[in-house]
Amino acid sequence: MTGAIGFRKLKNHTMTLLMFGATAAVLVPLALIFFHIVKMGLSSVNLDFFTQIPKPPGEAGGGMANGMLGSGIMIAVASLIGLPVGIFGAIYLVEYGGSKLSTAIRFAADVLSGTPSIITGMVAYTLLVVPLKGFSALAGAVALSLIMIPIVLRTTEEQLKLVPGTLREASLALGVPLWRTCLKVTLRSALSGVLTGVLLAIARVAGETAPLLFTALGNQFWGSKLTAPMAAIPLQIFNFAISPYEDWHRLAWAGALVLVSVMFCLSLTARYFGRARHS
Amino acid sequence: MQTNVHTEVEASGLGLDSYPQTETTLQPVTKTTGPEAGKRLNGDALFRYLTTFFALSILAILALMLVEMTSESLPAIRKFGWQFVTGSNWDAVQGDFGALPYLWGSVISSVLALLLATPLSIGAALFITEIAPKSLSGMIAPLIELLAAIPSVIYGLWGVLVMAPWLQSTVEPFLSERFGFLPFFAGAPYGVSMLAAVFILMIMVVPIITSITKEVLLAVPQSQKEAAIALGATRWEMIKMSILPYGRSGILGAAILGLGRAVGETMAVTMVIGNAPKISLSLLSPAYTMPSVIANEFAEATSKLHSSALMEIGLILLVVTLVINALARLLIWSVSRDSGGAA
Amino acid sequence: MFQRIRKGIVAVAALAAFVAAGTAHAETLINGAGATFPYPLYSKWFAEYAKIDPGVKFNYQSIGSGGGIKQISAQTVDFGASDKFLSDQELTAAPAKLLHIPTVMGAVVVTYNLPGVAKGLKLSSEVLADVYEGKIASWNDARIAKDNAGQKLPAKPIIVVHRSDGSGTTSIFTDYLSSVSPTWAQSIGKGTSVKWPVGLGGKGNEGVAGQIKTTPYTIGYVELAYAFENKLPYAFLKNREGHFVEPSIASTTAAAAGAAKQMPADYRISLVNQPGKNAYPIVGFTWLLIYQDQKDKAKAKKLVEFLNWELKQGQKMAGKLLYAPLPANVAKMVEKTVKSIR
Repeated sequence: MTGAIGFRKLKNHTMTLLMFGATAAVLVPLALIFFHIVKMGLSSVNLDFFTQIPKPPGEAGGGMANGMLGSGIMIAVASLIGLPVGIFGAIYLVEYGGSKLSTAIRFAADVLSGTPSIITGMVAYTLLVVPLKGFSALAGAVALSLIMIPIVLRTTEEQLKLVPGTLREASLALGVPLWRTCLKVTLRSALSGVLTGVLLAIARVAGETAPLLFTALGNQFWGSKLTAPMAAIPLQIFNFAISPYEDWHRLAWAGALVLVSVMFCLSLTARYFGRARHS
Repeated sequence: MQTNVHTEVEASGLGLDSYPQTETTLQPVTKTTGPEAGKRLNGDALFRYLTTFFALSILAILALMLVEMTSESLPAIRKFGWQFVTGSNWDAVQGDFGALPYLWGSVISSVLALLLATPLSIGAALFITEIAPKSLSGMIAPLIELLAAIPSVIYGLWGVLVMAPWLQSTVEPFLSERFGFLPFFAGAPYGVSMLAAVFILMIMVVPIITSITKEVLLAVPQSQKEAAIALGATRWEMIKMSILPYGRSGILGAAILGLGRAVGETMAVTMVIGNAPKISLSLLSPAYTMPSVIANEFAEATSKLHSSALMEIGLILLVVTLVINALARLLIWSVSRDSGGAA
Repeated sequence: MFQRIRKGIVAVAALAAFVAAGTAHAETLINGAGATFPYPLYSKWFAEYAKIDPGVKFNYQSIGSGGGIKQISAQTVDFGASDKFLSDQELTAAPAKLLHIPTVMGAVVVTYNLPGVAKGLKLSSEVLADVYEGKIASWNDARIAKDNAGQKLPAKPIIVVHRSDGSGTTSIFTDYLSSVSPTWAQSIGKGTSVKWPVGLGGKGNEGVAGQIKTTPYTIGYVELAYAFENKLPYAFLKNREGHFVEPSIASTTAAAAGAAKQMPADYRISLVNQPGKNAYPIVGFTWLLIYQDQKDKAKAKKLVEFLNWELKQGQKMAGKLLYAPLPANVAKMVEKTVKSIR
C-alpha cells in the first residue's frame, strides 16, 4: 500500500512541477517581450520622439509625433461612431429586446466581433476609399469603429443587465418617463462598468494596424484632415520594423514602448472603474 | 457565479458571450392617459426610435459587409469555382488564382500553434486556480491578460527583430542538422518561416486560452472537488477526476476560440512567416497565410480578377473564423449552463 | 456627473468637428503612393521641398509600384509612382489620360549577405537566372566559384529573397532575367508579381533589404540606394558585351545613353540589358504617374511647380544616393511634357 501512495505522491509532485513549468513558459515570452521593448525603446523615447515627425530614411533622429496625433484623432472619431451605436444598441436590447430582432442583432454583433480586423479594412476600402476617391482618416476611423462596436455593445449590455430591476421599477413607479429612467437611472448605475468596456475597446483599437493599411494609408507629415491620409502609431511601427534602417528600428521600439504604456494605463483605469463598482 | 464568469470575461475584452441569453427585460411602461401623456409619449417614442436605429445599424453594417464582400468576390467565384480552394497556382501575371497555399498556411500555423499552446494554457490555468496561493495568482492572472492585450504589430516587431534572427541562428540550424532527415525539418534555416509563425501565434493565443480555461475551472462546483479530496485523492488526482472532466467542453471551447484568433491574426504573422506561397511539410520553409496575402497584395491588385480573388480569400477567412467562433461559443456556453445549475 | 459627461461628449464632438474642418491650414496636401525603388530619393525630395514651399506637403507612401498603378488608376491618390510603365491595356483602362513622367534612373543590384565576402561578387546572367530558378542551390557551387576565383564561398544553401508585393523593381529584374534566360522567359516571365520558384518574400525594397541585412547567406535584388544606405554588398554583373560591371551612376548613365537617343514621346522604355561596354545590365527609369487633366487646379499648380523644381534641383540631389539623373535631352523633353499638365 505504501508503495502505491508513494507513487501517487510522486505523480502529484511531478504534475505540480509541470504546471508550474507551464506557467513559467507562459510568462517567459511576456518577460522577454517587455524586456526588449523597454531596453530598445527607452533610449529612443526622448522629447524629439513626442514632438517631431519621422525623418527620411538614413537620417538619425525624428519622432512619431504625427502618428500619436493621427492615432488619437482616428480613435476619437471611431469612438464618436462606435460608442453611440454600442451603448444605444445595448439599451435597445435590454429595454425593448426579447424579439427575434434582438437575437439577430446579438448575432450580428457576435459575427462582427469575430471578424478578423483585416476584413474591416477591406470593407472600409471598398465602401469609402474607392467611391470617395481617396485614402482618408475617416475610412480608417470607420474600420476601427467596426471593431469597437461589438465590444462596447456586449459590455454595456452586460452592465445594464446587472442593474437591479427594482431600481428601474422604482423609478418608473415614481412617474419618471422610460427614456429618462434608462439614461439617468439604469445607465448611470452601470456607468463605471460601461466605462470599463469603453476603455477596453479603445485600448484594443489603439493597437490595430490591419484596418488602417488600406484606409488611412499613412502620412509622413502632420495631418489633421479627416478626408486625407493620416499617420498612426501602429502603421509607423509596422513600416519601420520591416525596413532595413537602424534609425527606424529604434523609432519602432520606442513607439511600441509608448503604445504598450498607453494601453497599460487604459487597462489599469478600466480595472479601477470595475473595482470601484464592485466595492 | 454565472454572472461573474461573463463579467470577468467581458471585462477582459475577449468577446465571449453566453449564448443564447435568458431574457430579463421588462415591458416598457408608457402612460397613455393624463395631461402628460403626449409629452411623455414623444420622449419615449423618440428614445425608442433612437435606440432602435442604432441597434438596427449593427444589422445594417453586417449586411453591408457581407453583401459587399460577396459581390466583389463574384468574378473570382464564377471564374474558378471550387478550383479556387484546390489550386495552388497563384499567378497574377497569368490571371490564374488558386488559394490552397494560403489555406494550408493558415490551417497549419494555427493548428500547430494551438497544439502547442493548449497544454501550456491548461497547465498555467490549473496552476493559477488550484495550486498557487491567492496572492501569487492575483499577480499572475493580470499579467497573462496583459499578454492578451499586446497589439499584433508589437508581437510582429519583436518577432521580426528578435525572435526570427534567434531562430535562424540557433533553433533552426539545430533542427536542420539533427532532424533534417525528417520532412518536417528539411531545408535551409531562413529565420522567417512557418516555425516562426507557429511560435508567435502560440505566444499570442496562450493568454486567451488560459483566461477562459481559468474561468471554466473556477466554475467547477466546490462540492466536486471536496468529494474527491474526501475520498483521499492527491491534488493531481482531484484535478484529473473532478475538475478536468467537468470542464472538458469548456476547455475545448477555449482552445477553439484561441484557434479562431490565430486564424485571423494578420500583422504578427505577416512579419515573420516569409511570405512565400508554398505548400511544404517543412516547418523551416517560409509560408503564407490568408490574412497575410491580403495585407500584402490588396492595395496593389491591379486587375479586377486579382482584387476579386483577394476578396474571395477574405470571404473564406471570414466564414472560417465565424464557424470556429460559433463552435467555441457553443462549447463554452454548454459548460456555463451546466455549472450555473449546480452549486 | 452625468451633466459633466454630457458636456464632455459635446466638447469632444466640437473638437472633432473642428479637426474635421481641416483646421486653419491653408496648406495643400498632395498624396502619392507607389514605388519603393525611388523612395529614398523621393522622401528626401519631399522633405526638402516642404522647406522650400511651406504651402504644400507631398505625402508619399511607398507601397510598391503595383500599388502605385492601382491607386492612381482608381484615382484615390493625386499621383502614382512606378518603375514599371503601364501597358497599353492599363492605359486605356485608366479613366483619363495618364502621363509617365520619368524622374531618375536607378540600378537594380543583386545584394547578398555572405560573411567574409565583400562587394564585388561576380555573377553571370546564367548563374543569376539559375539561382532564382532554384537550379543553383549552394553558395560554393562550381559555377559561382568559376567566376570568383579569389573568394572563399561557404558551403551553405542560398536563401533567395524576392518581393512579396507588386513591384516595379521586380518588373525590371524579371525583364532582365527573361531577356537572358529563355527558360525563365518561358516558364516565369516578367511583371510586377511573378510566380517565384524559390525563395521568401519581403515587402518593398525595404523589406528585402531588411531581410538580407538580418539573415546570413541570403541573396536578393534591391535598388542601389538601398544597398548603399544599408552598407550591403552588391554583385558585379556580366553585361551584354561580356564585361563584369559594377553598379554605379556611371554604369547606369551608360546604360541609358543609347536608349536616350530613341526616347519615345510617352517615355515608356526599358533600359534592361543595353549595349555598351560599361553599361550595367539591370537599369530602369522610374516614373511618376500623373493625369494630364487635373481636377483640382490648385493641386495641379503645386504639382507642376514641384516637377519643375525636381527637374532642376532635385536631379542634383540624386547623385548622393547613387541614382542617375536624367540624360539632358530627356530632361528637356520632360520639361515640355510637364507644361501640358493642367
